[in-house]
Amino acid sequence: MMTVQVAPGAQNVAPRRRATRRRRDTRAGYIFLSPWLIGFFVLTAGPMVASLVLSFTNYDLFSTPSLVGFANYTRLWTDSNYLQAVKVTVLYVVIGAPLKLIVALAVAVLLNSARGGSGFYRSGFYLPSLIGGSVSIAIIWKAMFIDNGVVASIGSFFGGPPAESGGWVGNPSMTLPMLILLTVWQFGAPMVIFLAGLKQVPTELLEAASVDGAGRVRRFIRVTLPMISPVLFFNLLLELIHAFQVFNSAFIISNGTGGPVRSTLFYTLYLYQRGFQSFQMGYASAMAWVLLIVVGLVTFMLFRTSKAWVHYAGDEK
Amino acid sequence: MTVNVAEVSNVESATGGSARSGRRRAGSGRRSWIKSSVFHIFSLAVLVVILYPALWMVMSSFKPSNQIIGSVNLIPGHGTFDNYVKAFQGIGGVSFWTFLLNSLGLAVLSVVGVTLSCSITAYAFSRIRFPGRGVFFACMITTMLLPFHVVIIPQYIMFNQLGMINTWWPLLLGKFLAADAFFVFLMIQFIRGLPRELDEAARIDGAGHARIFWSVILPLMKPALVTSAIFAFIWSWNDFFGPLLYLKTPDSYTMPLALRLYVDQTSTSDYGAQTAMAILALLPVVLFFLAFQRHLVEGVATQGLKG
Repeated sequence: MMTVQVAPGAQNVAPRRRATRRRRDTRAGYIFLSPWLIGFFVLTAGPMVASLVLSFTNYDLFSTPSLVGFANYTRLWTDSNYLQAVKVTVLYVVIGAPLKLIVALAVAVLLNSARGGSGFYRSGFYLPSLIGGSVSIAIIWKAMFIDNGVVASIGSFFGGPPAESGGWVGNPSMTLPMLILLTVWQFGAPMVIFLAGLKQVPTELLEAASVDGAGRVRRFIRVTLPMISPVLFFNLLLELIHAFQVFNSAFIISNGTGGPVRSTLFYTLYLYQRGFQSFQMGYASAMAWVLLIVVGLVTFMLFRTSKAWVHYAGDEK
Repeated sequence: MTVNVAEVSNVESATGGSARSGRRRAGSGRRSWIKSSVFHIFSLAVLVVILYPALWMVMSSFKPSNQIIGSVNLIPGHGTFDNYVKAFQGIGGVSFWTFLLNSLGLAVLSVVGVTLSCSITAYAFSRIRFPGRGVFFACMITTMLLPFHVVIIPQYIMFNQLGMINTWWPLLLGKFLAADAFFVFLMIQFIRGLPRELDEAARIDGAGHARIFWSVILPLMKPALVTSAIFAFIWSWNDFFGPLLYLKTPDSYTMPLALRLYVDQTSTSDYGAQTAMAILALLPVVLFFLAFQRHLVEGVATQGLKG
């Protein structure tokens, strides 16, 4: 009798307890998440919507915004400074990011071939990644590449133009290579990520391929590269997104002007000039949204093409 | 494409591959010694080229100002501390120590904010089940790929209307609201690696989520906290764009802003003081690097954190 009476009760207690726990979890979840939630809506989602709205207005921070429709967007295509900024940035992204990754991969392969003692080099090569984005390094870079500077002296020694006029800083055709060199110099971070990927390549696979008659190059292309393709994908995505947003080095080296002759007028630098120096907040917002759409498209296309060239262990067929 | 290991090893035994590898082993002692010296010589050469700008910077700071530009030579002809004396004098009537304290204060508060807010957020995402978690997780991941330019203009307008320009609020608010998704992601990955039995045991003992987070998970995630703290400090220390937007008077400047002021105001020939100041601005980062290089490199390797 007793057990018969208790049994239905016990059956009810368990679901009820589960429901209470679920309710408690939901409450706790939102309490724990509240700082991030506030930040997300106040600092990210809200401002994103606001900048989209602003991009259809003219706003100078002091008077009330006035609706102008798509005028800011159509103005972009006729603004020669904007087109120049797009050109400089695209060149920087398309040349700088792949070059940096090639150097990173080459050095990672070199370090990975060592039996031991590569930790020292790994740290040494990584250091520029840590300091390269700072104002200090931008200033040093400028001092090295100026007329009569170290680079000009070395250049003239090897038959280049005389050191007095051989600086890269004042030469509009050399400023972009100078800034690309600065980003390639920071190959350490992607190199460390590549190294972690290379460590995961099973040695049996490489040995098997070598026994099969595959040479060093063939082994690298046919075995190593597919095995580290997820890491390559990750690095490429990260570097492309970062390259679009370069600011500090161009700002310091050109003293905020984007010069000489607009040769360092990067997208974000021009956006800064428009938004925070001439206070054309609507126009700058339109620029920001075009950047967002382009970065979004690049990301989307990378993910789409990744199915063809990124190999994840476990989905072999 | 993948290589079928079993098939390949059959081929090996059929073609007498084992004999070949035996021969290779016999001569490997000497050859590996040569190989490793070639490796070290080559790597050292690359390292010297890579670190030359940093070395040049350090050595230049001890050279008289007029001997810096164009001098490929690293060793100063006659060393001097004048550049540092000048750098310590500050600029624009503001003491060097003011800049240092501003940078330090912001960096320390950033570390506090990031470690607190991101660990709480990471716990919610990885250990509590609640409706909407998946959607918000996707939002959080997306913010990592978002160019920050789409938010800075409205943020600036907002902080301007709140009268917070020239205060630390705009620079710190995001740190205390877990806006740096990279750190949240790093911590989520770490917490996912901790055994769930620990939570269950604590729950059976009657602990709620606050208890489990504070006395079980938080102490165990120390490595992730240390890595995040180091990066939060360095990023805050090196940050230029944020302070450039929000800090307007020289007495509120951080080191990078002061450095820029230095370049603007000193005559272009005074490279000595500029270089000394540049070194002083980098010193904490380099010290962190020397002390925690393993943590830093591991953080990059496992999480893809940028330097």
